[in-house]
Amino acid sequence: MATILTPQATGKLVGKRVRRREDPRLITGTATYVDDIQKPGMHHACIVRSPYAAARIKGINAQAALALPGVAAVFTGKDVAALGPVPCGASLPGLRVPHHHILAQDRVYFTGHPVAVVVATDRYIARDAADLVEVDYEELPAVAAPEKALAPGAPAVHPEWPDNTAFTYHQEGGDVNKAFAEAEVIVKQRIISQRLIPTAMETRGVVAEWQPGDKALTVYSSSQIPHLLRSLLAGMLGLPENRLRVVVPEVGGGFGSKLNVYAEEALMGFVAMKIGKPVKWIESRRENFLCTIHGRGHVDYYEIAAKKDGTILGLKLKLIQDLGAYHQLLTPAIPTLSVLMMPGLYRFKNILADIVGVFTNCVPTDAYRGAGRPEATHGIERMVDMLAAELKMDPAEIRLKNFPQPDEFPFATATGLSYDSGDYEAPLRRALELVDYPRLRQEQAEARQQGRLMGIGLSTYGEVSAFGPSPATPAGGWESATVKIDPAGKVTVLTGASPHGQGEETTFAQIAADELGVDLEDVIVLHGDTAVVQYGIGTFGSRATAVGGPAVYYAIQKLKEKIQKFGALLLESAEVTFTNGNCVCNRNGKSVTLAQVAAASYRAMKLPPGEEPGLQVTYFWEPPNFTFPFGAHIAVTEVDRETGRVSILRYVAVDDCGNIINPLLVDGQVHGGVAQGMGQALYEQAVYDNNGQLLSGELTDYAIPKAGMMPWLETGHTITPSPVNPLGVKGVGEAGTIGASPALVNSVVDALSPLGVRHIDMPMLPEKIWQLLQQGGQA
Amino acid sequence: MKRLISVTINGKQRTDEVEPRLLLIHYLRDVVGLTGSHIGCETSLCGACTVELDGKAVKSCTMFAVQVDGCRLLTIEGLVSNGKYHPLQEAFWNEHGLQCGFCTPGMIVACKQLLERTPVPTEEEIRHGIEGNLCRCTGYQHIVNAVKAASAKMGI
Repeated sequence: MATILTPQATGKLVGKRVRRREDPRLITGTATYVDDIQKPGMHHACIVRSPYAAARIKGINAQAALALPGVAAVFTGKDVAALGPVPCGASLPGLRVPHHHILAQDRVYFTGHPVAVVVATDRYIARDAADLVEVDYEELPAVAAPEKALAPGAPAVHPEWPDNTAFTYHQEGGDVNKAFAEAEVIVKQRIISQRLIPTAMETRGVVAEWQPGDKALTVYSSSQIPHLLRSLLAGMLGLPENRLRVVVPEVGGGFGSKLNVYAEEALMGFVAMKIGKPVKWIESRRENFLCTIHGRGHVDYYEIAAKKDGTILGLKLKLIQDLGAYHQLLTPAIPTLSVLMMPGLYRFKNILADIVGVFTNCVPTDAYRGAGRPEATHGIERMVDMLAAELKMDPAEIRLKNFPQPDEFPFATATGLSYDSGDYEAPLRRALELVDYPRLRQEQAEARQQGRLMGIGLSTYGEVSAFGPSPATPAGGWESATVKIDPAGKVTVLTGASPHGQGEETTFAQIAADELGVDLEDVIVLHGDTAVVQYGIGTFGSRATAVGGPAVYYAIQKLKEKIQKFGALLLESAEVTFTNGNCVCNRNGKSVTLAQVAAASYRAMKLPPGEEPGLQVTYFWEPPNFTFPFGAHIAVTEVDRETGRVSILRYVAVDDCGNIINPLLVDGQVHGGVAQGMGQALYEQAVYDNNGQLLSGELTDYAIPKAGMMPWLETGHTITPSPVNPLGVKGVGEAGTIGASPALVNSVVDALSPLGVRHIDMPMLPEKIWQLLQQGGQA
Repeated sequence: MKRLISVTINGKQRTDEVEPRLLLIHYLRDVVGLTGSHIGCETSLCGACTVELDGKAVKSCTMFAVQVDGCRLLTIEGLVSNGKYHPLQEAFWNEHGLQCGFCTPGMIVACKQLLERTPVPTEEEIRHGIEGNLCRCTGYQHIVNAVKAASAKMGI
């Protein structure tokens, strides 16, 4: 399987830099996000939240709030005790699952825990009234760091489980003891992947509307998973699923934070049914930081074993996962993804991993861009660099030595995965070429002579994407598509994926237009409304194009068969080919257009034997495997001795996401992904104090990258098609994030290595680096 | 105690009675019905609510509606003229300067100001000029490209 270095158009549209069809509504301010929805008689909700991380609720007095003109209702925990719980979709042996009520009952477990909801005619009145709700708390000791929570005598987050341990999980592959016994060198390191706040620019929001005559509820929510949300919400509210409609309007970013089912979604459904009026709740940024899931939250203890020639023999990991106070939809499953990706891109077959999932008095962690895989990649890529340093090997050389070769694919990993296809040297060699690596090392040597702290950092990352085969996922890993052609010959694609910025309204139209031989303008792609679209899974885990795309492709293949049959009737020929939007008789060359075929199929004067009228096919595609994108990033940095500030001199990202449907959009995904990885490496950190107060609770204190903090990103691609799906695509949404953080940390460690620095934990804030410099490199 | 304000928004004059505490962004979105400007933080940090007030880009989430009495406002909805996109809108589209689109209206208004002050900005000037507007999707690079493309087009 040859790796192609330049993206090439494989169709009229597929492979081309087509500008997005989503954009006209977005650049003109005419798109409809949740907060743009207005309903007659709509009320507004404001949620009263706990100011304490752990407390007993001794009483709630809502009289003053209820007396305020405009206030329609106040609901507290006892009103909703029978609803819910907020669901956890992950299952692990022995998992302890706290009952997660949609409003706190007699106790709160994290700062921001919802305690009551106030409903008023106006959003200002609702907020005023929320301040008037008196809650009598008895504060309890809290614990907000996972290793502290595991220490003897730590406050119990949930009194029923005093050890704060939600689960333990063990996995091993090969013979790790033998590998370590035979090792000539062993390197150990504790590595932190800090808690991060996803920070979609649009916070969460819900509008709920009850139609009493139909006993039907409509919930508009900013979500990545409309259908799963409908199924789970129906269960939480005790509604038959067919009387619940979920509409996901325009969504202002998710990054995993909206791959969830939240208390507020059920709460608004409850309120709408109770007051008989539509109700809107829009999360404030403060609430978003306090109450929407966080990501990462690892303390990892690694040991890597190798031979003196750099051959890696095995890897051990003890992973301490900060879960927060509850399990949200996938919380406990996320660290198991880290274990799956432990070996990275390397050939060694011996691993051992132990996870401890720890309750803390913090908001739950869950899937944030990469979800377990950035942590794993950061770990293996740091360990490989430390091993290279120990052996005085070049970091590129040690990686090249340990990659499986293209003819070894499908490659079975120590963690039970089967890597679909790969040529891991190709992106690394391309990236080294782009930076002119030998010259760059020369430059670095000269810089060091001048006393400058210049570093070069590599990461060669892999990821497991396109979730995924159903047996490996909590809720079905297929995706669906309906393709229908109306009587005038225009095409509508309904996808079960739920794009929210990724651009599938464009890429799926490219696929459909090429396959059907019609213009891009003749195709529209709809998604997100459970009353319009067949059941689907959603958009997350770099899956929309790699699982949703093939569903569109296969639906069209079935549709083409039908088109040919109707075409054959019209042409009165047994041998007809559908090509370039026309049915052509193979014998006499006569043809009919798709519009003529479509009209005939609905007019239905004659039907092909065994066929129904109309042109519409629904296809549910079950992928046979995950896909495994990969790539190589190189960061060139310089550390300012005076301030500890890190400057990024160059950043090169060469990604291999298989075939590329739209290179413009792929570049956008890589840029945005790298920005979030840089955010983790250099700036971002959710900070709780010892009492469980979130100190980084606003955008003033939580530093997502601004334009001036980002370097120019140089991107490149190699293309190794995936054999898993007919499009050969692998997915690219998370690649940049996964590749970036180790490249940057490796680079800064390399810059400081003359001082004896061998590891730095993220974020690499100037203060931390400055202190290292003051201490001569000794932490 | 409601107050009467008179404002010119996207070239059209209107008067409204508003609560003195009503934020400008809520006035625009909920009273006037111009929902193109968004609320991302309510603390003037993210810039999603950026609009033009008498020719200057401002964050409408930290101003009161009563403060714009007698003023001229321009929002993203006012950038399309005679059915034609503003060169910045066209450039954001061509260069893929947006993904989820939530920051985009405020970002485009901020970029308009930037180009009025610096018609041919360098990359550094562009990055500095949009520091007050956060985007979580694009990593800003395609926004930089879009501003350069719009600058080139507007210079013709």
